[in-house]
Amino acid sequence: MTRNYLKLQFYSLPVNQAFARDAVAAFCLELNPSLSALSDVKTAVSEAVTNCTVHAYKGNLGIVTVECEIEGNELHIKVSDTGKGIPDIQKAVQPFYTTLPSDERSGMGFTIMQTFMDEFSVNSIQGEGTVVYMSKSFEPEVENA
Amino acid sequence: MTVTGYRRDKMLYINLAGEMDECSAQDARAKCDKLIEENVNVNRIVINLSEVAFMDSTGIGFLIGRYKKASRLSVPLYIENPNFAADKILNLSGIYSLIPKAE
Repeated sequence: MTRNYLKLQFYSLPVNQAFARDAVAAFCLELNPSLSALSDVKTAVSEAVTNCTVHAYKGNLGIVTVECEIEGNELHIKVSDTGKGIPDIQKAVQPFYTTLPSDERSGMGFTIMQTFMDEFSVNSIQGEGTVVYMSKSFEPEVENA
Repeated sequence: MTVTGYRRDKMLYINLAGEMDECSAQDARAKCDKLIEENVNVNRIVINLSEVAFMDSTGIGFLIGRYKKASRLSVPLYIENPNFAADKILNLSGIYSLIPKAE
């Protein structure tokens, strides 16, 4: 069974959003993902990492950790920060819920992570940080006879 | 993200190219709004997304922001040619009921 592991740590700078999603996409290439599955993963990672910049650290510099694990044909992703935490997770994951409507935030980040990935969960402690866990399984390639 | 615009009769055509995320949106927002403000006498604005290689939920907020701006000027806004990934996000958000796809 294929096993692989990747850990990225970087500052919560907006410029690192593209770096993080592209690095995770490159890491899961060995699973031969379809273009659509790859794009789902990139989008979900972008949402999780953006939340760290915009919400967890609110423009202050903090460390974002992205861990990925490949197990067979599954990709597990954990995005964590040590920022301010989410006061009400149930509210935060509701579609269109945003604490920053004036910044043109859509409130769709968690909904996208939930919809685009197979598994999704979020744990948060106020004042300590947030951990988002997501996983997706990639269809093994079928050979046409 | 590159933002370019051109006029065709009474239509303003805005072309976005590159990756739309929280990092790139602010600059794109300013450029787009400038184009809209310079062309207030149009009767239709079309935002072409065919060259947007990546877009996350920032794109939803971005498009709704431009929709609000265009609405204040009473100009209808349309989205053209999103790629399959952008289309998936835009469909999920229900944005097409506000900003239809251009035919």
